[in-house]
Amino acid sequence: MSDALFSQLLATTTGLLLVTAVVQVWRYSLSASIRVLAVQGAALGALVAVLGIERGDAEVLVVAVLVLAMKAVAIPWALSRTATATGAVREQAPLVNPTAALLAATALTVLAYVAGLPIVAVLEGPAASAVPVGLALVLIGFLVLLTRRSALAQLIGFVVLDNGIATTAFLTSGGVPFVVELGVTLDVLLVVLILRVLTSRLQSAHGGIDLDELTELRD
Amino acid sequence: MTALIWIPLLLPVIVGGASWWRRADGWTRGADLAVAVVALGVGIALLTAVHATGPITAATGALRADALSAWLLLTIGTVAVTALWGGLPTRAARTAPDGRYTALICLFLAAMSLAVLSDNLGILWVAIEATTIATAFLVGHHQSPRSLEAAWKYVVLGSVGVAIAFLGIVLLYASTVAAGTPTLSWVQLAEGGLSLDPDLTRIAVALAVLGFATKAGLAPMHSWLPDAHSQAPAPVSGLMSGVLLSVALYAILRIQAIGDATLGPQFLRGLLLAGGLLSLAVAAAMILAQRDYKRMLAYSSIEHMGIMALGVAIGGPLATAAVLLHMLGHGLVKAAMFVVAGRILAAGGTTRTADVTGLLTRRPDLARALLAGTAALLGFPPFVLFFTEVAIVVAGWQAGLGWAMGIALFLLLVVFAGLARHVSAMTLGPPVTVDPPVAAAPGQDHGAHPLPVDSHTAPLPTPWREPATEPAAKHRQAPVLIALAAAAILGLMASPLAAQLREAAAVLAGAR
Repeated sequence: MSDALFSQLLATTTGLLLVTAVVQVWRYSLSASIRVLAVQGAALGALVAVLGIERGDAEVLVVAVLVLAMKAVAIPWALSRTATATGAVREQAPLVNPTAALLAATALTVLAYVAGLPIVAVLEGPAASAVPVGLALVLIGFLVLLTRRSALAQLIGFVVLDNGIATTAFLTSGGVPFVVELGVTLDVLLVVLILRVLTSRLQSAHGGIDLDELTELRD
Repeated sequence: MTALIWIPLLLPVIVGGASWWRRADGWTRGADLAVAVVALGVGIALLTAVHATGPITAATGALRADALSAWLLLTIGTVAVTALWGGLPTRAARTAPDGRYTALICLFLAAMSLAVLSDNLGILWVAIEATTIATAFLVGHHQSPRSLEAAWKYVVLGSVGVAIAFLGIVLLYASTVAAGTPTLSWVQLAEGGLSLDPDLTRIAVALAVLGFATKAGLAPMHSWLPDAHSQAPAPVSGLMSGVLLSVALYAILRIQAIGDATLGPQFLRGLLLAGGLLSLAVAAAMILAQRDYKRMLAYSSIEHMGIMALGVAIGGPLATAAVLLHMLGHGLVKAAMFVVAGRILAAGGTTRTADVTGLLTRRPDLARALLAGTAALLGFPPFVLFFTEVAIVVAGWQAGLGWAMGIALFLLLVVFAGLARHVSAMTLGPPVTVDPPVAAAPGQDHGAHPLPVDSHTAPLPTPWREPATEPAAKHRQAPVLIALAAAAILGLMASPLAAQLREAAAVLAGAR
């Protein structure tokens, strides 16, 4: 792969990652959010594949397929099934209005670029210079987790956060060792599945999946 | 010797799988306890073996038992035996066996063992995340809205916190890649021979410690802990409070050694001192105002994690050895206390402190255990926590952190006042019959119903059962009494363990 092509593909995939994260901040339709999450997963898989081809590393290509299957297919599928089962279509009355949320996402992206400076300085190369995108995804995932009431939307925020960490891992070092990658992928899948089960139980216990209902435990 | 490492990892998986498969069989009730006993045995054997021959490795170095790992495995085994033995139901209270519960406990034990026995930081992370997965449904085991709420908060906050730790580990790996020696092996990282970039390492280590601190329940990332630990069934609470928090602190100890090797000891000291003192302050304030005795015990765990974080911040052989001994002592006492709390709940049907009165008259067996356990938690001599707390304070003083130790001692006094007040109100004094709550629904007027909030889900509380109705009461006291006695003897007879403790502390100090 030529350097120019590599840079372009890198820019495309990381750009897609960032855009799909920002969309999560202001889209309140859950089914649309889940579709955007699937696109983000596909972008992450593509990014890993690009890195794998650039390095000529077959193991990274296997990981790319794994990421694609997990993040673009399995997790969005599981989430949309829960959305259908619980009848949650759209989040009611968001805590923060879309404009404010969008501004916050912009600020967080700038923050990610500032915070990423020392990392970019140490690691050289075109891949490393995209690391702030990973950090921005982590921060935006946090934002979604903090500002959403719906259990499913929070779950989406968690997946965005995890995508951000994975992006950072692949951009900084081409991914952690394979065994660790397997374990991490399995862990994340299980956490998402557990939260899915808990969401269904929330639905049957409270008749809804708004986390505002969770106020019984306090001091 | 290598086989020893594999036993605590594979046996729980096999037993857990079998219990899941044969979930209706009666033997699944005690299977987790058998696994815990084996883990304890392996812990002792590894401690001896490592003492004799040095660290043992397996799986081409991915698994490694040094003195510190062996000590933690011993702690896991000890606490698990106490909590699971104490949690065995009486013959009368037995319900249909649920092998899935046993299987999750086995998975939990396997994950904690893997965390302490892996040399690879990535695998350490995977194992700690796996503890969240294994305990998620254990916390929500009662399936009441409250335990569901606790489970949700626990999984979300626990996973997000630990995810931040993974970001730190990723950046640490990136810095080794940049240095031309890609590795996640703790031994290599802590040797300090790799020329890691200090800026990147600083960010990485800070994130990793912050993430694992969430799992260790250090303030201000502690908010999930009182919910999860108070809603889980008693043996699970005992395991989570007694040893899971310590396993997370163990991860911090390992990361700290890496940070110290690259950046010097001052870097993490401030972070851990702040976390420790803040945890003590939060615990002191919340214990003082606490109205629920299970939550009170959970906040007491935050207090003890705070003390241990101070010890980790101080560093050095004395403080580190004291922290390790404190882990064991606190685990023993806290597991026993949660067992006692579970029995008070079973006998009285309430977790509200105000509804438990005159325990010394009603259930002297529980009251005496509660009083002795509280004394142990408060650091009365001869219990081991007295010696470890004194050692941490002395070490802090020597390290020039007298001001921090002063604040800590003051906060410990507040904790003392709070715990002593609540526990004496529960045990001493005459038994008071509780008035029916004002909000009680009609039809509930048959006697006091002290659980108004949960009344729609929890079974009606049984009236105080006299110990005489439980023929095996004496025998059931054994795990609690043994644990408390061990906590008392450990302090006075720590000398047989001194060599092992010194070695475990030296594992970390070797990096300095």
